[in-house]
Amino acid sequence: MQRIGVFVCWCGSNIAATVDVEQVSRALGKEPGVVFSTNYQYMCSQAGQDLIANTIRDYALTGVVICSCSPRMHEATFRKTCSRAGLNPYMVEIANIREQCSWIHKEKATATEKAIILGRAAIAKVQLNAPLVAGTSPVKKRALVIGGGIAGIQTALDIAEAGFDVDIVEKKPTIGGKMTQIDKTFPTLDCAACILTPKMVDAAQNEKIHIYAYSEIEKISGFVGNFRVTIRKKARYVDEAKCTGCGLCTEKCPQKKVPNEFNLGLDTRRAIYIPFAQAVPKLATIDANYCTMLKTGKCGVCSKVCTAGAIDYKQKDTFVEEEYGAIVAATGFEPIKLDKYDEFAYSQSPDVVTSLEFERLMNAAGPTGGVLLRPSDKTHPKTIVFVQCVGSRCADGRGKSYCSKICCMYTAKHAMLCREKYPDTDVYVFYIDVRTPGKNFDEFYRRAVEEYGVHYVKGMVGKVVPQDGKLKVQASDLLGGRQLHIDADMVVLAAAIEPDKSARPLATMLTASMDTNDFFTEAHPKLRPVESPTAGIFLSGTCQGPKDIPETVAQASAAAAKVIGLLAKDSLTCNPCTAQPDEQMCNGCSSCEKVCPYGAITYADKEFRGPNRTTLVRRVAQVNPAVCQGCGACTVACPSGAMDLKGFSNAQILAEVDAICR
Amino acid sequence: MPVNEEFQPTIVAFCCNWCSYAGADLSGTNRMQYPANVKIIRIPCSCRLNPTFILRAFQRGADGVILCGCHPGDCHYTSGNYFARRRMTLLFSMLDYLGIERERTRVEWVSAAEGAKFAATMNDFVATVTKLGKNKRLEDLRCSKA
Amino acid sequence: MQQSVKEKARALLENGTVSRVLGWKKGEFCYDLTPSVFTRVEEVDRDFVYSDFSGANLSKYLISESKKNGKVAAFLKPCDSYSFVQLLKEHRICRENVYVVGVACDGMCDPRMLEEKGGVLRVEARGDTLRVESLYGMEDVARKNLLLERCRVCKSKKIVLFDELLGEQGKEAPAGDRFAEVSKLEAETPEERFAFWQKELSRCIRCNACRNVCPACSCEKCVFDNPKSGVANKAAADPFEENLFHIIRAFHVAGRCTDCGECSRVCPQHIPLHLLNRKFIKDINELYGPYMAGSDLESKPALLTYDTGDCEPSVVLTRGGEQA
Repeated sequence: MQRIGVFVCWCGSNIAATVDVEQVSRALGKEPGVVFSTNYQYMCSQAGQDLIANTIRDYALTGVVICSCSPRMHEATFRKTCSRAGLNPYMVEIANIREQCSWIHKEKATATEKAIILGRAAIAKVQLNAPLVAGTSPVKKRALVIGGGIAGIQTALDIAEAGFDVDIVEKKPTIGGKMTQIDKTFPTLDCAACILTPKMVDAAQNEKIHIYAYSEIEKISGFVGNFRVTIRKKARYVDEAKCTGCGLCTEKCPQKKVPNEFNLGLDTRRAIYIPFAQAVPKLATIDANYCTMLKTGKCGVCSKVCTAGAIDYKQKDTFVEEEYGAIVAATGFEPIKLDKYDEFAYSQSPDVVTSLEFERLMNAAGPTGGVLLRPSDKTHPKTIVFVQCVGSRCADGRGKSYCSKICCMYTAKHAMLCREKYPDTDVYVFYIDVRTPGKNFDEFYRRAVEEYGVHYVKGMVGKVVPQDGKLKVQASDLLGGRQLHIDADMVVLAAAIEPDKSARPLATMLTASMDTNDFFTEAHPKLRPVESPTAGIFLSGTCQGPKDIPETVAQASAAAAKVIGLLAKDSLTCNPCTAQPDEQMCNGCSSCEKVCPYGAITYADKEFRGPNRTTLVRRVAQVNPAVCQGCGACTVACPSGAMDLKGFSNAQILAEVDAICR
Repeated sequence: MPVNEEFQPTIVAFCCNWCSYAGADLSGTNRMQYPANVKIIRIPCSCRLNPTFILRAFQRGADGVILCGCHPGDCHYTSGNYFARRRMTLLFSMLDYLGIERERTRVEWVSAAEGAKFAATMNDFVATVTKLGKNKRLEDLRCSKA
Repeated sequence: MQQSVKEKARALLENGTVSRVLGWKKGEFCYDLTPSVFTRVEEVDRDFVYSDFSGANLSKYLISESKKNGKVAAFLKPCDSYSFVQLLKEHRICRENVYVVGVACDGMCDPRMLEEKGGVLRVEARGDTLRVESLYGMEDVARKNLLLERCRVCKSKKIVLFDELLGEQGKEAPAGDRFAEVSKLEAETPEERFAFWQKELSRCIRCNACRNVCPACSCEKCVFDNPKSGVANKAAADPFEENLFHIIRAFHVAGRCTDCGECSRVCPQHIPLHLLNRKFIKDINELYGPYMAGSDLESKPALLTYDTGDCEPSVVLTRGGEQA
């Protein structure tokens, strides 16, 4: 029988207001094995922890039950407290009487009764607890960053700066991400390329950083400190070692009608291409969907003009296997598809564009050489209407319920740049709210309104109708209380942003959780914003939620700091709650091995004592505690019940069941 | 709230540590109400749930047992809930075959973000089990009341 | 056939192919044969019997027999061979120590039918009929009317694995009939099903015969004997106990049960235990695709694998019989 101490926390009034803590501690004090029971205002405070530690010593406690907030909140705290007092930290059980009791029940009698039952279950469990000792596992001192946009680049640079090797895997032929497509950045209006491309070059030249461009993650196994990742290097049909990036092939390729994704299809490129002049790595890539040679076997022009002999039509995808201690997801975003927003005539008129397309139309390296021209007739637009919140803050289910956060600011930027470059244009911005929290953001917006004379109209655009070369915009002016009809030359839609499509399958491979919008979930929304709940997985940039560039870079560096903290350790403490087979009972049937997601189970032939002084050799399961993550799948697969899980044993769970049902 | 004021069913909810237990915490953090009949047992993963635990709960007087885990595809351990899904499907089918009310057992996937779903699920489950009344069949299966 | 099996047993011992033979030994009555190991030719001559009553599945005995020194010959009927392969798959039998003689089978007779007649002295096989001689006279009974339940709905006449074959290799039978009884129960209302199982299971005396004979229940130590499992119980502690025992037992062998029907054959209380196992087999086939435990050495049992598109447990709410 254990000597158990019960500590009931008031959590100020959070628990005490709905649970009679005095009654709970009195009732639990009568349970078998309980030698001490009390309640206190804040168990997690220094004084509360001292109370626990002192009682452990004074009463020679062998088990501790704390009735408090969720174990997800303070289990680690109380384990440390016990450890300090000389009690094995795994002799602590938490009864969750806050999140799962006081906060969900209003009536005091009901809540108190439930708190007592939850306390009993914890006492019943702790009766069967056994001291556990955590093992250690080594840390592979190399990090993987998935996604080579500004977030991934910044994270990689910071990790490399600390002296650790880091690999960037980017699915596109070049790193740089969405920021490469942006013209100028708010609120300073400096040129995006001017601040991004030096970082891309830094990453390429840093000897600690290896860039796998045009590559994807194929498979991930392992766990914190010891991930094993297979990277698929997609065939470029160009020998990376030989290609000099001279670009001759991209000028001679006869297949000229390929939509240029860098300019969002506003112009075309060749079948062999370098995405843009400052691409890193600067290598040509053949687009297999358009290359005549790859499709029909007839052409070969690029191969003929390449003096380096780099073209290789027979190239295949190759696979690289690498080990990492930490993985950073930096998969970024995409603007949403606008096919559900037909009222804005996006698919009917080329002069209705998204904001990102507008960036390309304003950009000196864009399809118009930086001169703002209507895509339809290449004339200067005189009246431009910006529509905000297209698919953001959407209640009708067509778009996203969240605010995409960046649209207000880039729309102000676009409006301002239009007025600055072309003072003769009329610029209207339709908005629900203008949201400008951020350093120098509101000042920036006010300048657009006050100095640049942009017409900000509160209200939504109802309909855009292309007619006689104009776009008839029908909108409501909520403050003026009237309908507006504007004959616009261009309409720019601030499309909502959503996580990149590659994030969901990646999350599955990483076993990292996501929210309903496919943004990665952070370990704690406030206190651990750059970590995934899955140990060893970190989040950088917009894959975690909408962000502008300064925030993305800040989060990227924060993720890097967390990675560095992990990689700086030589070994990690393992979870001691691992599976353990009872060799006497094991049949060696291999059922457990088949359900283990980590390959933690192997078999060995062992000698056992048989009848009449004989020995029998039997095949028995063995668990590698450094690899086992303690899910318990094997414990149920095992037909004889030989496999049990430490910390969540059959007997412990059944004791809880009995305590609740009695 | 239970439909029948007199009968208060005992409900055991097994929640996986990573998604559903956190989802239950979230519904608490958001002060969403659900009946006190529900008592949660934390397990590392839905695949830790041995059918024995469910049967034992019924044996000791539970009126309903629910398993909550991460959504398929989101298991913290990659595949645990897929195994749990098969095990529970077959077990529930067997209990149904034995004539036990099939509404007494349930599996629901609740993510850490779905506090509202957790509360709604529990409200619905308690209401369903309350309507069924006391679980007698599993206890009575042996003794013919001729 | 009866004679050739016995001769084969004799020959294998005589020529030293094996040191032991696993077969059936004559009992007190002509119909109660017992599995037995023969080490000497004289024992074979005296006691070895292969007849219409050699229904007992010998596979399970090979777990211990194959671990002893020297080779053992085992006579396996088609359904025994499924159990044998399933055990091999679970690493429970040392294959190299077993010489498998596959024995083609036309179905085995149920000793219970003769027990019920009472006073049976002798049974003689005459083609499709059996001449039963008893204290009360002589009677010719059609063989098909005496078959074991499992043989009436035989799943397969194929011998999955053998070193030597006596008779003709057969084929897997279409699944149809085997699940008729389960389907019938499923179609009943929950109240009827409950009443049926209440009537059946309340007879259980917890003798553990079903467990002891079952080739899938081959654990070194059963969960019900393991104090740490939390369900250990030798005897019924409360009314729920038998249900718990039978549900857990059926669940433990789900996906591994080859439907050999031994559990029902040995149950002294005549509980149709095979209907529990067959329910799992039927569900597995319907929900996860056709699967026959023991039909090969590679495939994974339904509960040890998954598909991301599997049905949800709520499928039970809409499947099968009527709503409660």
